[in-house]
Amino acid sequence: MTKLFISRDAASLAVGADRLAKAAQAAGAIVVRTGSRGMVWLEPLVELQTPEGRVGFGPCTVSDIPGILAEDFCAHPKYLGLVEDIPFFKRQQRLTFARCGVIDPLDLDDYRTHDGFKGLERARSLGPAAVCAEVKASGLRGRGGAGFPAGIKWETVRTAAADQKYIVCNADEGDSGTFADRMIMEGDPFCLIEGMAIAGFAVGASRGYIYLRSEYPHAIATMNAAIGIAEEAGLLAGFKLEVRVGAGAYVCGEETALLDSLEGKRGQVRAKPPIPALQGLFGRPTVVNNTITLATIPWILANGAASYADFGMGRSRGTMPVQLAGNVLRGGLFETAFGITLGELVNDIGGGTATGRPVRAVQAGGPLGAYLPVSQFDILYDYEAFTARDALVGHGGLVVFDDSVDMARMARFAMAFCAHESCGKCTPCRIGSTRGVEVLDKILAGQDSARHLALIADLCDTLKFGSLCALGGFTPYPVISAIKHFPEDFGTIVKVAAE
Amino acid sequence: MEKRITGIKGTIMPRTQAWDEEEARAIIAAHGKGEGPMLPVLHALQAAFGFISEEAMRLVAAALNVSRAEVHGVVSFYHDFRTQPGGESCLKICRAEACQAMGGEALAAGLLQKLGVDWGGTTADGRLTVEAVYCLGLCACAPAAMRGDEVVGRLDAANLAELAA
Repeated sequence: MTKLFISRDAASLAVGADRLAKAAQAAGAIVVRTGSRGMVWLEPLVELQTPEGRVGFGPCTVSDIPGILAEDFCAHPKYLGLVEDIPFFKRQQRLTFARCGVIDPLDLDDYRTHDGFKGLERARSLGPAAVCAEVKASGLRGRGGAGFPAGIKWETVRTAAADQKYIVCNADEGDSGTFADRMIMEGDPFCLIEGMAIAGFAVGASRGYIYLRSEYPHAIATMNAAIGIAEEAGLLAGFKLEVRVGAGAYVCGEETALLDSLEGKRGQVRAKPPIPALQGLFGRPTVVNNTITLATIPWILANGAASYADFGMGRSRGTMPVQLAGNVLRGGLFETAFGITLGELVNDIGGGTATGRPVRAVQAGGPLGAYLPVSQFDILYDYEAFTARDALVGHGGLVVFDDSVDMARMARFAMAFCAHESCGKCTPCRIGSTRGVEVLDKILAGQDSARHLALIADLCDTLKFGSLCALGGFTPYPVISAIKHFPEDFGTIVKVAAE
Repeated sequence: MEKRITGIKGTIMPRTQAWDEEEARAIIAAHGKGEGPMLPVLHALQAAFGFISEEAMRLVAAALNVSRAEVHGVVSFYHDFRTQPGGESCLKICRAEACQAMGGEALAAGLLQKLGVDWGGTTADGRLTVEAVYCLGLCACAPAAMRGDEVVGRLDAANLAELAA
């Protein structure tokens, strides 16, 4: 009988994957629901099992199903050939996402057949100290945005003495343009569970929490189901894991605000020190890692630190799931070793804009990341290279804009977003963001822009150096980069009059 | 089967039930056991009653042994929690950068105008509340929106109207 693979990732569902799966089943095919391959522009993507491997068709509608199930499927107008030979896929180094889109996310046997639990097995044979050393040697840095070396964090928690320690997975993926956490949780949830179990073993933590945003109902359902299956199979061996659902506060992606939220409080940022590794959840030593950081751990343990560190450049080792989003022709998730240029990512991989107009700006690293113009496309994808140009790798998002974008409006949005999401604990962020919106409104209205731009520069300086966390501290990145690279948008009286 | 309540302005909310103190106590007891149970408790109460009322906050404060001010502080901090009834169902339209880059703002403005509501508003018939959301993780098929658990990407005027219908 014909076997088809259709994704159940939220992005696939959002473009009609369920309707296709139903139609295919009604037509007599066996349908396996997988995660997404990350080629979102081809979704809904239908994969057909053939002796040569899986061949793809996309983006499909229900009317494409009979042709896919026909003898001469190769002649189908949506035929893409072998899925793994599609250039967007073939050019990747899929380590963290190796299974995503391939397996049934809730099939434990499928997970095992595809190297699942090899990392946990090896971790248990190495012992806690050696696991921390291995993570350190891999060069893995926090994929949530801060880029802090994961191994050092783990070692700090491991050597801290406490009656209770915690592993907290930060799955509060609030950055626009990012969906890697969501994809791995919906497409390969056991991988995250395995990573957290390894972390628990390495640092001596018996409890873990996944703080998952409420905007991701499908990820919540898949993670809960996967935890249930893993527990029932006795795979967690004394490690108690629980999903906690956020409540729509962006700032809870900041690790200390997240911890307060988990404790049942307002999600307000804590002053550091003490660091969460020593006094984290309920005051106990806590590893707080991003979803992708933890989901990368099984690969590192299974294949060895050196294999992971072989990828990448400089101090940015391994791979990054880059997420191409917004106005981009081929949007999706592209896992690649560090060191590729921004231009390659946006133009070669992404194919430029979806609207076909020229690319004008790319916001890298979420709402707190810089806007980069095409003249900066030579920048290498690397933490230090981005920092050197006042930009952020962040959580790996790239939002592409065409030439219709008004950068002064985007700068205003950055300030307004900060005001909307500020936790209110520190003054620069709480008050400064609102003042920033007011001043940018004056610039947009063409009032004395030179004087007001000077005021914005001064305000951004206060936000950058005076805020308690990255929300206030990094909001200046999109604002200042927009002004620096696109000064023509910042309301000279002549331009406003011309409008 | 579903209980109906009449909220402000006579809005009908068939998906949630009328305030029932015994039921609320049972929900709080069921979700109030783990570590730091405040958010799970509030989520469960809102799922049952559609919003978190003063009476609900009073019960939560007593059950979790915190002050009412503390509960109020938590409820008012998070965008998800509402203290007034909303419409029968909620449509969340993404207003973040990736959706803006694909014309999401104009699309949303068109729908709001058609429905005669502003962001956060509920239609006159009480059927739909339209809320802004900042990212649904559907940024590679933007613009995107979600109604209940149903997600739709590559929005245009037609499929957005369908989702709002």
